[in-house]
Amino acid sequence: MNTSSKNTDSVVATADSPVLRIENLYVQLPLGSERRYAVEGVSYDLAPKEILCVVGESGSGKSLTARAVMGLLPAPHVQYEKGQIVFQGEDLTKVSEARMRQVRGGEISMIFQEPMTALNPVMRIGEQIDEVIRFHASQPRKLRRQLALQLLEDVQLPDPSRIMSAYPHELSGGQRQRAMIAMALALEPKVLIADEPTTALDVTTQAQILRLIKELQAKHDTGVLFITHDFGVVADIADRVAVMQHGKIVEIGSVDKVLNHPEHPYTQALTDAVPSLIPRMAKEVVSAPILEVRNLVKTYRSGGGWFGLGKPVKEVNACDSVNVVLNDAETLGIVGESGSGKSTLARCIVRLLSTDAGEIIYRGQDLCALDRSSMRPYRSKIQMVFQDPYASLNPRATVGRIITEGPVILGESKSEAQSRAREMLELVGLDARAFERYPHEFSGGQRQRIGLARALALQPEVLVADEPVSALDVSIQAQVLDLLADIRDRLQLSMVFITHDLRVAAQVCDRIAVMRLGQVVEQGPTAQLFDNAQHPYTQELLDAVPGREWSRLRALS
Amino acid sequence: MSFWRRFCRNRSAVVGLIILAIVVLIAASAHLLFPEDPFKLVGQSMSPPGENGFLFGSDTLGRDVAAGMAHGARVSLLIGLIATTVAVSLGVLLGAFAGYFGGWVDDVLMRVTEMFQTIPSFIFAILIVAIMKPSINSVIIAIAVVSWPAVARLVRGEFLAMRNREFVQACHIIGMSDWRIMVREILPNCLSPIIVTGSLMVATAILIESGLAFLGLGDPNIISWGFQIGAGRTVLRSAWWVCTFPGIAIMLTVLAINLVGEGLNDAMNPRLRERT
Repeated sequence: MNTSSKNTDSVVATADSPVLRIENLYVQLPLGSERRYAVEGVSYDLAPKEILCVVGESGSGKSLTARAVMGLLPAPHVQYEKGQIVFQGEDLTKVSEARMRQVRGGEISMIFQEPMTALNPVMRIGEQIDEVIRFHASQPRKLRRQLALQLLEDVQLPDPSRIMSAYPHELSGGQRQRAMIAMALALEPKVLIADEPTTALDVTTQAQILRLIKELQAKHDTGVLFITHDFGVVADIADRVAVMQHGKIVEIGSVDKVLNHPEHPYTQALTDAVPSLIPRMAKEVVSAPILEVRNLVKTYRSGGGWFGLGKPVKEVNACDSVNVVLNDAETLGIVGESGSGKSTLARCIVRLLSTDAGEIIYRGQDLCALDRSSMRPYRSKIQMVFQDPYASLNPRATVGRIITEGPVILGESKSEAQSRAREMLELVGLDARAFERYPHEFSGGQRQRIGLARALALQPEVLVADEPVSALDVSIQAQVLDLLADIRDRLQLSMVFITHDLRVAAQVCDRIAVMRLGQVVEQGPTAQLFDNAQHPYTQELLDAVPGREWSRLRALS
Repeated sequence: MSFWRRFCRNRSAVVGLIILAIVVLIAASAHLLFPEDPFKLVGQSMSPPGENGFLFGSDTLGRDVAAGMAHGARVSLLIGLIATTVAVSLGVLLGAFAGYFGGWVDDVLMRVTEMFQTIPSFIFAILIVAIMKPSINSVIIAIAVVSWPAVARLVRGEFLAMRNREFVQACHIIGMSDWRIMVREILPNCLSPIIVTGSLMVATAILIESGLAFLGLGDPNIISWGFQIGAGRTVLRSAWWVCTFPGIAIMLTVLAINLVGEGLNDAMNPRLRERT
């Protein structure tokens, strides 16, 4: 990627009159919210042929600004208050709903984060594309079909005529997002709003979609408003960047300026929080296996029905003879895309799932051979931290109960458990007063700390962390990762760290195992794996990490 | 916002609650308002409302309709509540097992549930009472037996959705027993829909009880609204009041309970909370 040429590009682009100009926009939140405005005095403009990235953490108002442009604010609770949204000389805040419908989809179109919910599940892809064209232009059916086929070809979907007659669920996530893009570009819009279009996708797919958006944008001269939380993506795709915090724009400028020479402290904090792809200093690993997974097999079966009279049985090999070793006080990363079986492996290790074959050996004892009651003494030794901070805590239990439950079940006295729970809360950086409160009173990052306290209260030796930071904002993510590293070193924990994000893995793990389709394709020390990946899939994953070049440049300077 | 304020936002639910409160009050003070046995013949038969000291008139044998209604309110509410409690307990138990354990447990329990659901509930209730001899117990049992499948299905669905939530998995990992997970962790999280369904089931139970009593399948020693209507059926053209007032009582009570149930649903279901 050539940053200097990009800069000249953006200068040329801004010289044109902007295709979309937002001026002093205010969007109101319902009374009694944390703050009065979701979007507060936001101004920016988008030149034709330009990609403007709007970055910010959740709740920064970046999506609502885009929705205001589309006239799709979630009324009646969130309302436009004042300001202008000028699209090609026309103030969209003043036009009629009928005119707005013409603009939407025809002149400004949008792609969403979750293509599965943005597409109608009971309509074929072809019909859905056809609908867009039909609503905005009167053309004979045959022409429309040709156009739709052409669009699907443009977004590089294989076998467009087959895709035309497919339902959304028959496509993969990446294919669905491509179909969405085809729909969005059907009428050659002047502006494309992309609201986190790659967040739900795997890294390799994400890289492809980003490339596709860039290509199509150049080909059709579309102005793209790209909303994202990921600075890596910004580095790869943006011409200009606007950083939002609490509904306001704190910094706006060329990608080079904002990313490499940020002025606002918030931007600096954000860019610093992005985990670097350069692995951290590796620890001396002593080969003293505490946990060993040998030839683990786990197969999911579905269908069959009563007496095998139903659908044919489908089998998925979630884990296909997996071998990994976790040494004492070491962090082993399990990296892979969705469906690689990494979460299944984690759930097998903590014995949430039964295994079909193989052994899980903890300090010489095969856990797979144990039944429920003989497993109980080992339960406390291997604990887990979950991905979703909102689903992993019982909403009806106090934090205190959540943390003390485990020790009490294992026979500790209530008062002892309580005093340790308070200790644990402080250890994870929460106030001991949190003890009496309920999970909904805490933010995502704080909840993740509570989940960690719950696991630590049992004094485990092995901690299995299943994507513990993937649901968190980047600054919170950095804090939680620091906390995990700190606690791991202080308590001499061994950790199995499941993640899809190689940048996070680089910062946390001593060794990494790369999984694909239920198999470990490569494993080795982190630095070695990053510098000299052997397996083509590992290389592919590394190449797909967003902002790779930027990360490298930053590490050098 | 507090639960009570959310409930009060639904005006009709408040009206329902007021009506229900009046019915409960009358039921509770029936023995004070009408200290005599409601079956007792207390005056001239077939007196129209307001005459001979009868507020709502008297029936063919000279029994006070108003007294019967007050005492009948007690029976209706009592049967409604007890039958619902039994049905909900049974339904929660079976539904929880089916949903939590899944697999063959689920298959067996759900097939049994479906078996009960295939028989029209009122006819099934008649059948049970007829087999067991009419008495207040048999009526309660009959109503409970025809009502639990709906609860079981609901609870099964809730448990099925909850059991794979991460907080439940976390309980497995700390070695919690299945029973404790079901009772302490999952059940409190699906109480709202159970309470809403339960409240609506009280209304249905009252209707079934009235229907049974109307057909003469109620407890012969206990006055109830359905019994009163059944007794007045033959004189509907000459003494309309005998059927009408108990009928209105049933209608109002069932309506009130339904409104309250709706209100509970709105107040407890977070997805509907934003509805304006």
